[in-house]
Amino acid sequence: MSTNGKPKFAMYWAASCGGCEIAVLNIHEKILDVDANFEVVFWPVAMDAKYKDVEAMEDGSILLTLFNGAIRNDENEHIAKLLRRKSKILVAFGSCANEGCMPALANLYNIKDVVDTVFSTVSTDNPSNVRPQPSYPVAEGELHIPTLFPVVRTLDQVVPVDYYMPGCPPESHQIAAVIDLVIQVLQGKAELPPAGTVIGAGGSTVCDECKRTRNVKKIKEFKRIQEVMLDPEICILEQGVLCSGPATRSGCTALCPSAGSPCIGCYGPAEGALDYGARLMSAIASVIDSNDPAEIEKIYEGIPDPAGQFYRFNLAGSLLRASKYGWNG
Amino acid sequence: MSEQTDTNRPFEPVIIGFTCNWCSYRAADMAGTARMKYGPNIRLIRLMCSGRLDPTFVLKAFAGGADGVMITGCHPGDCHYVEQNYKALRRYILLRKTLVQMGFEPGRIKLLWASAAEGAIFVEEVNKFIEQVRALGPLNWPTSGNVEEMFAIPEQMMIQEATS
Repeated sequence: MSTNGKPKFAMYWAASCGGCEIAVLNIHEKILDVDANFEVVFWPVAMDAKYKDVEAMEDGSILLTLFNGAIRNDENEHIAKLLRRKSKILVAFGSCANEGCMPALANLYNIKDVVDTVFSTVSTDNPSNVRPQPSYPVAEGELHIPTLFPVVRTLDQVVPVDYYMPGCPPESHQIAAVIDLVIQVLQGKAELPPAGTVIGAGGSTVCDECKRTRNVKKIKEFKRIQEVMLDPEICILEQGVLCSGPATRSGCTALCPSAGSPCIGCYGPAEGALDYGARLMSAIASVIDSNDPAEIEKIYEGIPDPAGQFYRFNLAGSLLRASKYGWNG
Repeated sequence: MSEQTDTNRPFEPVIIGFTCNWCSYRAADMAGTARMKYGPNIRLIRLMCSGRLDPTFVLKAFAGGADGVMITGCHPGDCHYVEQNYKALRRYILLRKTLVQMGFEPGRIKLLWASAAEGAIFVEEVNKFIEQVRALGPLNWPTSGNVEEMFAIPEQMMIQEATS
């Protein structure tokens, strides 16, 4: 137990954008409950702490760790293993940790192309074509920076995970509900769900939560959202704009479709879907209004980037995990 | 696949074939009864309909070590469930497009219509597909082998714990 008797809480970011941390702070005054019930021992974005402080902790001494971010480099992997060892409950928090999210779209390319994209674009001022070196000798000794892995992995591809909390980022009301639950468990008023459970999300699809009217879908042509004036009442997919609702887990209250924008799939695969992209491809293909191969191909020209479209959030968590170019990195 | 780890043996492609209960599975059955031969490389899985084919099955086959996948169903207009083979067609075209973007040779996946009477056509097409995949060589998708090897880093580069 911690010095002040309160259970310990940690939050970490690996390959991520920081949106998950914002979402946690977005629970507003509930954050005071976190402070009242937990001792925050490690949370790089919110407080100063060193890795060596975590290393010095007793194994299993952190009660709850929310881990956001994917595993892009060996620093991410190292901290994932370290926090696994130190934590009783490790939660894959947010899309990156669950399924790779945006960082995992780099899995479509080999790592050299990824680095070139960062260091050799026309807008980058890098006349001597400098590249980061994993180790560099200086007078004081050898400096190391983290080594990039050929492909991005999810947290549970690296260490065992207790709970999964999807979303990019997880919705604040869902975070608040999960924190409430943990506090109730601490007070003996509730029990933890079985290990491996997806928490802070629904068990259905975004379509199920979406308030738009659904009729028979027959798609002859895909349109970009800027090319149509969407009817505010009718299903977006029905109007020819690709919507990921049919394959995506519920839990967000269908925020994007309610705001006139198609679902992009940030809550990950719906319950029971082994491969998010396959589920979405299956759903989209079945509503194409043609039986003629040439015409079907023509309709699919409206999906110029199918891998990016169907695996926008899920590439690292998919069955193939990366493209051939990514694996050959 | 383990069968291909022995480098001394010639490459034998592993192909997963999905058949429809009402047509192509019976075509395969007919080929068997008539003693027509096709390569043992194809492992047939019977579905009730090609429309039952979730693209997940195909991805799982490739991720698990298959070198090629063949999807078979009733001829257009002949589906036992009216129009599900058209859904299979639309799914196949979309899946193939996605796989090509993921770096797959389009020749690793094939859709074939074969009626229950077309045992000979089934045999011919299976054999052609086996040779086509053989020519492409092994796929060896990393998830089918020891994927952890891909993430090994040299000892001297590994992060050391300050307290150790």
